[in-house]
Amino acid sequence: MTMRSWSGTLNALVLVGVLLIAWQALFEVAGEHAMAPPVETFRYLGQLLATNAFWGHLMETGQAFLAALALAVVLGLAIGFVLGLHRFSSEVAEPILVALYSVPKITLYPIVLLAFGLGMPAKIAFGTIHGIVPVAIFTMSAVGNIKPVLLKTARVLKLKPWKVVTSVLFPAALPEIFTGLRVGFSLTLIGTLLGEMFGSQRGLGYLLMTAIGLQNIKVIMAVTLLVVLFAAAVSILLIYIDRRLHRRAT
Amino acid sequence: MSRAARYRLAVVAGAILLLELLCRIGVIDHLTMQPPSEMARDLFRILISGSMNAAMLKTLTNVTIAFVTSVVVGVGFGVLIHGRRAIRQGLEPLFATYYAIPVYAFYPLLIILFGLGDVPQIMIGFMLAVVAVIVNTLSGLDRVSRVLMKTARVYRLGPIATALKITLPSAAPYLLTGVKLAVAYAFIGVIGAEFIMSQTGLGYEISFAYNNFDNAIMYPLIVLIIVISTAVNMTFSHWEKVLMQRRGQR
Repeated sequence: MTMRSWSGTLNALVLVGVLLIAWQALFEVAGEHAMAPPVETFRYLGQLLATNAFWGHLMETGQAFLAALALAVVLGLAIGFVLGLHRFSSEVAEPILVALYSVPKITLYPIVLLAFGLGMPAKIAFGTIHGIVPVAIFTMSAVGNIKPVLLKTARVLKLKPWKVVTSVLFPAALPEIFTGLRVGFSLTLIGTLLGEMFGSQRGLGYLLMTAIGLQNIKVIMAVTLLVVLFAAAVSILLIYIDRRLHRRAT
Repeated sequence: MSRAARYRLAVVAGAILLLELLCRIGVIDHLTMQPPSEMARDLFRILISGSMNAAMLKTLTNVTIAFVTSVVVGVGFGVLIHGRRAIRQGLEPLFATYYAIPVYAFYPLLIILFGLGDVPQIMIGFMLAVVAVIVNTLSGLDRVSRVLMKTARVYRLGPIATALKITLPSAAPYLLTGVKLAVAYAFIGVIGAEFIMSQTGLGYEISFAYNNFDNAIMYPLIVLIIVISTAVNMTFSHWEKVLMQRRGQR
């Protein structure tokens, strides 16, 4: 490990420490009926993770999330490549995609439910519509920004279209595409959880929603903690890969 | 109107016409979705009757409060920590992973802490928006040219005068990017929170109509939200373009 990454790790540890202290302090102020303190929440999460019922919910959410992520990435990449390769169509599409990004997609939830019915397909669809737009936007701009000389080289070498994508376009655009995948990852997670909060009888989102109804603070805090830990851990890993890709590219 | 804008209009109009056609010939049945023309007619009727005015006012007020506080706090905080390296480095992991964390997961907690009033919804909008403002303020301030800062010192401007007269105007394009994101996030946060659980607002009205299978209210309101968020988004994009042109960039 170099000096830089050491200081980065130290920073992260200090930050986690500060957040835990703030959590404890907030607990002291808000009181027992409003929230649970850190130690107890971790212990309760441990207890939950030891039960089969909780794993059932976790696997349900995991499956829905992975399927939604796969769909969002594949479709987002396809849209991004098709539009990005053609300058004028990307000029036409960009504002539309940005506008879609800023629409509160949660309001589209009823439409998704009416179209797919209750259950797994609706969750997956809802996760996908959250994740697909950022992947498409970043891929489009990444492909659009590829140096023309690379494309000319490909043409001189008479590469087949598919070969151009796999051995020229994709490697050249990868760093920027990866940033899009990072954003897509977190939005897909949010979308899947939101999907479960309404039209579902299983999954972490469903657990959260029933816990709100029952005012079961321990469950709310433990599930929130688990989601935050998962999101932060994956995100740190993705940021690490992202930085390495960008460094290699320059 | 540029060529791209004309094509864009054609694409959007074509999509709406296609949807109309699919609804009319029965591919999408009437119970799932009514044709766009009927949505427009119903929306017009709702706007004329004024039955949704209270909900619209509520939502727009809460969005505005969340937006304004996130911009004020975000810019203020950015200016404050800009020069302090230790704090910035400590917060960096938080900023980098922040948007991977599903903020809605905290909504149940906020309801328990603050009750089911306007505060939790405004807080969600604020929490989503504020970090985008901070991050963009910091990157804007990083790019203020040294000459301008020297000029400020030559004229012996105080810290506040320097911020108001030199640094903030010079960082304006970046600030505007943050502001643009803040609008979108404030909308997404507030309306999403209303949709999940609340007693007023457009998000609540949509979920209420959905639970009653009242498509004649639900679809027009979804259209209304899409129109409002797109209009606000386009206004800020236009403003940004004007600002950039005035500075001779792009």
